[in-house]
Amino acid sequence: MSNFAKTFSSSLGKKLVMALTGIFLCTFLIVHLVGNLQLFKDDAGQAFNAYAYFMTHFTPIKVVSYLLYASIIVHALYALMITAGNKKARPVAYAMQAGNQNSAWTSRNMGILGTILLIFIVVHMGDFWWKYHNAELPYAKYEISLDNPNDIQVSEVPYDANRLVHSEVVDIQAGKKIVISKDLYKVVQNAFQTWWYVALYVIAMAALAFHLIHGFKSAFQTIGWNNNRYLPLVRFISVWIFGLLVPIAFAAMPVYFFLFK
Amino acid sequence: MSGNMNLTLKVWRQKNAESQGKFVTYKAEQVSPDMSFLEMLDVVNEGLIKKGEDPIHFDHDCREGICGACSLHINGRPHGPKHGITTCQLHMRSFNDNEIVVIEPWRASAFPVIRDLAVDRTSFDRIQAAGGFISVNTGGVPDANSIPIPKVVADEAFNSATCIGCGACVAACKNASAMLFVSAKVSQMALLPQGQPERYRRVQAMVAQMDAEGFGSCTNTGACEAECPKEISITNIARMNRDYFNATLIKNEE
Amino acid sequence: MKLDAKIPAGPLAEKWSKHKFNLKLVNPANKRKYTVIVVGTGLAGASAAASLAELGYNVKAFCYQDSPRRAHSIAAQGGINAAKNYQNDGDSVYRLFYDTIKGGDYRAREANVYRLAEVSVNIIDQCVAQGVPFAREYGGLLDNRSFGGSQVSRTFYARGQTGQQLLLGAYSALNRQINLGKVKMYTRHEMMDVVTVDGQAKGIVTRDLINGKIETHSAHAVLLCTGGYGNVFYLSTNAMGCNVTAAWKAHKRGALFANPCFTQIHPTCIPVTGDHQSKLTLMSESLRNDGRVWVPKTVELAQKLRKGELKVTDLKEEDRDYFLERKYPSFGNLVPRDVASRNAKEMVDEGRGVGASGVAVFLDFAEAISRLGEDAVRAKYGNLFDMYMQITDENPYKQPMRIYPAVHYTMGGLWVDYNLQTTVPGLYCLGEANFSDHGANRLGASALMQGLADGYFVVPYTLGDYLATIGPKAVDNSHPAFEETKKSVQERINKLLSLTGTKTVNEYHRELGHIMWEYCGMARTEEGLTKAKGLIRQLREDFWKNAQVTGTNEEFNQNLENAGRVADFLELGELMVDDALNRKESCGGHFRLESQTEEGEALRDDDQFAYAAAWEYKGDNEPEVLHKEELVFENVKLTQRSYK
Repeated sequence: MSNFAKTFSSSLGKKLVMALTGIFLCTFLIVHLVGNLQLFKDDAGQAFNAYAYFMTHFTPIKVVSYLLYASIIVHALYALMITAGNKKARPVAYAMQAGNQNSAWTSRNMGILGTILLIFIVVHMGDFWWKYHNAELPYAKYEISLDNPNDIQVSEVPYDANRLVHSEVVDIQAGKKIVISKDLYKVVQNAFQTWWYVALYVIAMAALAFHLIHGFKSAFQTIGWNNNRYLPLVRFISVWIFGLLVPIAFAAMPVYFFLFK
Repeated sequence: MSGNMNLTLKVWRQKNAESQGKFVTYKAEQVSPDMSFLEMLDVVNEGLIKKGEDPIHFDHDCREGICGACSLHINGRPHGPKHGITTCQLHMRSFNDNEIVVIEPWRASAFPVIRDLAVDRTSFDRIQAAGGFISVNTGGVPDANSIPIPKVVADEAFNSATCIGCGACVAACKNASAMLFVSAKVSQMALLPQGQPERYRRVQAMVAQMDAEGFGSCTNTGACEAECPKEISITNIARMNRDYFNATLIKNEE
Repeated sequence: MKLDAKIPAGPLAEKWSKHKFNLKLVNPANKRKYTVIVVGTGLAGASAAASLAELGYNVKAFCYQDSPRRAHSIAAQGGINAAKNYQNDGDSVYRLFYDTIKGGDYRAREANVYRLAEVSVNIIDQCVAQGVPFAREYGGLLDNRSFGGSQVSRTFYARGQTGQQLLLGAYSALNRQINLGKVKMYTRHEMMDVVTVDGQAKGIVTRDLINGKIETHSAHAVLLCTGGYGNVFYLSTNAMGCNVTAAWKAHKRGALFANPCFTQIHPTCIPVTGDHQSKLTLMSESLRNDGRVWVPKTVELAQKLRKGELKVTDLKEEDRDYFLERKYPSFGNLVPRDVASRNAKEMVDEGRGVGASGVAVFLDFAEAISRLGEDAVRAKYGNLFDMYMQITDENPYKQPMRIYPAVHYTMGGLWVDYNLQTTVPGLYCLGEANFSDHGANRLGASALMQGLADGYFVVPYTLGDYLATIGPKAVDNSHPAFEETKKSVQERINKLLSLTGTKTVNEYHRELGHIMWEYCGMARTEEGLTKAKGLIRQLREDFWKNAQVTGTNEEFNQNLENAGRVADFLELGELMVDDALNRKESCGGHFRLESQTEEGEALRDDDQFAYAAAWEYKGDNEPEVLHKEELVFENVKLTQRSYK
């Protein structure tokens, strides 16, 4: 075990921690994105609320989510540690340093980008995660026709501490499925009516894009998976998936709500 | 051939490791574009000596780009504005008349300033001494052709081995990391069959020494690769990382 | 003093093995009781320090550079010879021996050269085992190339950086011993003097270049591996810091200096551009395989070219003089280094030189490009062409290169016997710093071979014999001799620092270089040499009156370092001139205009000069005394070189 401790306190070991937590967070982003696509579904948030319930109450996912929180914290803490060490490694700064001549802007500004993301995560989790878990949110009652699943009647049910977060009852006689869930969708909808809040999200997603363009491929380099044959693939994923697709899709959500809901 | 130039130099002057340094401005007049950067400094120094002043101290030796002694952070870049060369190979035709040229020493806590632009790079030697060798004594080795080595492997090892130990990688890195330097040596020996017996021992010893010297961590900016006068690739860093994690987390022995 | 080369008796091929057997050994348990000082960490020094430490001796190694890896061996480009006969082209130890003796124009010691050829094969094995990435064939075996002066392919190489790779190999072996605590490395330390006790070398005095501290170090023996003295010419292909100080101080302490006038001038260097020039860059000799050397036919055309009134590409074919092809129809552009150099100088002296300064000749690839295509030429010489472009800003694919000879290597050095011991017992000299193996001219790819042979495979044996003889009882540096030597070092430094004249040390160095190059360079005459002797004396006197040395001793002071080195060059220069005056024959790199064949080739005088001239120091400004080591050639027949 002391060997592990030694490894992870070495400069390479710390970087490995960054890389592994980083890649884990990247995979989470994909899952998160796929889930959030439910927001675009025109069902008054029924699917989204069901998804929110699933994500917070299915045990294996819950375990993973705690890992996720830990990863965010470890990723940030190690970044701080590494940055502090790096500052110490150059106590006297250059009067002139032409970093733009030899490296990409993103690679030199991971700390700033990461800080923006951390602030964003705190705001984001406070507004949605915390509210979902702790706030006295109203419920949405969905009456879904069994004949036509697109026929959904929605109504609000006030907060009740005794009510389950999510319940489904099939009323065969009425020909309806009645779903009552804590209405996170509403929270989302309300939140994204404010222009500056939408702007914050868009900015954060831009930061995410730049953070991941460097971060994703950098993680592979750190782990040592730098194989000339597969490097182009890693670069491609870095730029097109994590640099463009994922952040744009995320940013599209607040914009969509702001403009259309 | 264009005419001679006049330049303004802002040079870091520092009496010794303990003293405070500062920038001092000098005029370099009638600089021929055919001069090397160091020859331009020679001329400035001749002028200083004639006035009885201390010349600007800087490390240099072979002046043909191979010994790795010359350094200098010129206008924000190690070895100046051109790619793939050392300062001694930089010619004044790369500068413009009336240009202001800022000259600083390598900056890293593991490279303390000795005087002016000369820094102490013995940390590099200590890293090499920690494991940058193959333990064979003189004599008693097998015939040179007894181990065939594929040409691509030998060439790759050679590319890693061309490192001149100048420290430009550290100087260029925003974190003052020595990863490119260390990984070049680790790679050279990890690639060759001769290096296998001590492969994992070596990488651990060299990384431990690198950390002990107080170099920063690699954040994969690639500045080292871009500024390396021998154009050594950061693939070496990935290879070292792989070997290191292999050694510390997977391999059973040592 | 009688010079005893201690050449073992017996047939040439058996001398070394027999000698090794006859040498005394130091008991393994006793080896740790001995300390050996190694000065210089180039190929010879690093390999010796590592090998001796491996045997169990305590080693203290010194270098003036900030790291042992920066010694100037690192700059060697071409390769290293070894009689491996991997190519099955008829190479053998004897052939390498023969080529080296002949290439040296019969002025080297047979026994040493044979041993060099013999151990050359072990060097390659050793380097490969250390992980030196030599060039390989697709089959995975080592590649060889051919080099000047031989008809077989025996040169091992690592692209154009063979010296670097070999030195890093030796450096890694040295590092291993530093790590094990067997070698104590002192970087940025300059050797200022040798300490002798009862006529034996027992230590050195050094100056810590960072803080100026003068230190004494004692040992059972001292090895000087301090390289050549080509920088006496100011401009050379040597590194800026290369100097003669260590060898010169040893000389003043009783070590004879042999054949100081034997210097090698390399024909293909990039010409000087102005007074600011600090060093010259070599272009590999291989360029002459495809390049054609020429100058304009007439002085008028040359003048027009120099003034820019005429473009080189406009010069008609019939107005060009391919002088090497004209004079040496069978060898053409591939004549040996000394011949090519001398002829270039002749052209420049006639006023037909080219370039703005007029001190250069053309090396033209137009014919090769039209024959092979630009791509093929690029594949062969691309890196050299790039280097040329970088330095001159001219495109050699479009116009001919300008080249001129430059000082490259010094064959002379401290006289050593077969054991590499100088005339001071306990003081050894290895590598370029000694005189032993290259005679009057060194073949390409032989310098690396000699440095490593001396360090890895010769001195570890021969030194043991001396150490066993003197026994482990140490002389420590409390002996008054150390204090005395230290005092004399300090006095000299003080004397240098007291110089507050009007001329910089560099100006003296440059002037000395001009004198040496003009009168003791590619062509030498009695008259010129005599004149040079006077000029050097004057210059030296002037130096000690009018030089300007700034700063103090107790600091990092590059000006002071340089002053000490130049002061020694000012003394060495005169000895070189004396030696050149004494040797009235021409041989190898030493060309006396008075001694040439009707065809203008170097004419040896074997009856008078088949000896190594070893000079004994007798005091400042006193004439040195000549001792002759007669060279006995039992195995090769002395012949006159001809390249017509």
